Amino acid sequence: MIDPVEEPVWHRLSPRMLVVHPVQEVVRAAPALLGLLVAGSSSGGKGHLWSIAGVGVMVVLGVLRWFTTTYRITPEHVRVRRGLLTRKVLTVPRDRVRTVDVTSHVLHRVLGLARVEVGTGTSERRHEGRLKLDALAAAEAARLRVELLRRSPVTSAEPLDSTPPAGSTPAAEHELARMRPEWVRFGPFTMSGLVTVGVVAGFVSRLVSEGNVDLGRVGPVRETWRWFSALSLPLEIATVVLVLVVFVSVASTLGYVVAFGNFRLTRQAEGTLHVTRGLLTTRATTIEERRLRGVEISEPLLLRAVRGARLSAVTTGLRAAQGAQRGGSLLLPPAPREQAVAVAGLVLPRVSPGVRDGTGDGTGEAAHDPAVSPVTAPLTAHGPAALRRRFTRAYGVHALVLAALLASWRWAGLPSWTWLTAAALLPLTALLAADRYRSLGHALTSGYLVTRWGSIVRRRVALECDGVIGWNIQRSFFQRRARLATLTATTAAGKQGYQVRDAGLGEVLRLAAAGTPGLLDEFLVDARPTPELSANSM
Amino acid sequence: MRRCAGTRTIGQSWDVDTPTLRSPRHRVSRTAVWYWASRAALGWLVIVAAHVFWLVADDENAVSLTAHVTALVVTAVAAVAHVTVMPRWRYRVHRWEATSTAVFTQAGWFKQEWRIAPVSRIQTVDSERGPLEQLFRLANVTVTTASAAGPIKIAGLDRDTAQRLVAELTATAQATVGDAT
Repeated sequence: MIDPVEEPVWHRLSPRMLVVHPVQEVVRAAPALLGLLVAGSSSGGKGHLWSIAGVGVMVVLGVLRWFTTTYRITPEHVRVRRGLLTRKVLTVPRDRVRTVDVTSHVLHRVLGLARVEVGTGTSERRHEGRLKLDALAAAEAARLRVELLRRSPVTSAEPLDSTPPAGSTPAAEHELARMRPEWVRFGPFTMSGLVTVGVVAGFVSRLVSEGNVDLGRVGPVRETWRWFSALSLPLEIATVVLVLVVFVSVASTLGYVVAFGNFRLTRQAEGTLHVTRGLLTTRATTIEERRLRGVEISEPLLLRAVRGARLSAVTTGLRAAQGAQRGGSLLLPPAPREQAVAVAGLVLPRVSPGVRDGTGDGTGEAAHDPAVSPVTAPLTAHGPAALRRRFTRAYGVHALVLAALLASWRWAGLPSWTWLTAAALLPLTALLAADRYRSLGHALTSGYLVTRWGSIVRRRVALECDGVIGWNIQRSFFQRRARLATLTATTAAGKQGYQVRDAGLGEVLRLAAAGTPGLLDEFLVDARPTPELSANSM
Repeated sequence: MRRCAGTRTIGQSWDVDTPTLRSPRHRVSRTAVWYWASRAALGWLVIVAAHVFWLVADDENAVSLTAHVTALVVTAVAAVAHVTVMPRWRYRVHRWEATSTAVFTQAGWFKQEWRIAPVSRIQTVDSERGPLEQLFRLANVTVTTASAAGPIKIAGLDRDTAQRLVAELTATAQATVGDAT
């Protein structure tokens, strides 16, 4: 317990935020203000006055934010008070701090500031539960990050020095991965540029509609349009596709460089993984290794085509990664697949090789090879019933779409090329279904439950069995007919639940029983002629 | 392992001696049938009331009387079928069991679901009684773990059983150390 005399004081955010907050507020309200300005002045009113007033209000609000936000750190808690009209106190117990995220946007960096976000182990997905300090001086933020995650390493389950590869000297910081220039080649395949295209298109359309800007009157646009209209239809389509591809590729590559430039993954002496990245906005995420429950290797279709993959952490206290760069759980940006596998091997806590392979048939190889990694271990396929189910589902959806298109062509005057295109895509559906089946697989190896699924984005998750809380087993009517079941391993980490889809019921039960020894025993019966409880009956 | 996968996919013969999950031991309270029936009936009553209101308010006869009556009859038939069949069916498929180590439930008729959570990982045990449930002296129990994916809900327990279950689970859950993540 602490001495009450030493009650820590309430700190304020960095005074430099007096500059940043107003700018942030104005930027946040920029579309509305811009609309106000354009609409007001084009209709001859006093639009500019209104927007200046708007900017003024935003600036005042921003300045007030600095005065209303305070925080303090006691040996037990981190507390943040904020809010002007509604006062709010956020309290996080220090021992519940799982991750610390330090982000600096461009403006932050110019002023030497950093935003600190504290992730706790709560499974709530709402945003409010996260404690955010926007922003502190960069040095203060770095100090806070270290301090918040420092605690006695006695409770740490795995000894740290067992993991660095042989030959490396134990240092305070051990580098596991670092950005290589040649990885930029994966940039175009991340498709992150699609978002940029969407944003630009949205902005232009908003400008046109709200600002009454007539694009037809802009010289270059008119010239291009005239040239474009002169082309034949196939050429028009080809041009659009080409322009889109080039634009998206360039935007994606730029996005990749900006988001992942200077990427570094290190292991700190205090038992944390530390990810830093970003050229303009720098982001540093610290993950407590004790809370790491597994990893996820995801391969979107395009990235898979060029043998790339990205790696993210399955950990408590961080929301699951979304897209290529959002989400703090990223461990490796799109990179060569071998690299992702290698990093996964370094990051995952070593597990005792003697752990029994629960899938029964797979014991052989796992037992002989102690170095079998959950990210490379061969997976058990789900069998012909699962394959049939992939096809019926894919074609079921396709048939529905086709029927809907046909109906609206017949009765609602939809052009016929829509359903013709849909019909022409039928073979593609078969490919998709086959690939979805090919992705399906599971294994239980060296203490990890491994599951893989998906085609458009193929994901392979290795989840520590200790991190599995319970099991949900689902069987729809059709699954029961096909003797299949879907197993969900519930966990406090990552997406909260990971599924093994459409495996045989017996296989699913074996997997669950082996994953959490003893838990299922009393509920299992052998489906032999004489049903008998396999284990102690209460 | 791929080899094994091959042998495994050839026939269904391995299915013979595979383990299967037995049903949880306990059914919910018999009264739950009446509770579910009355809840469904109330829902249907709202729809029928809307029908009748429409019939009365429809002065200009935009829809013919026969159409109104047909719609009412169809609704009534569907309602009777739902109110009589659903509760019994639900009573048959909803089962639960709590041992010293795990909570185990079964639910669903089209999509059957078993949920198993170890008692050592339980974070909260809530019991809730809505107004209608109070009328039938019933309660439901929700067991949550640190995972957002796996709350276990047992509906339609009689009040004493629910109280006992909550007390039991809370006691065991408190006895375990750690934060159960």
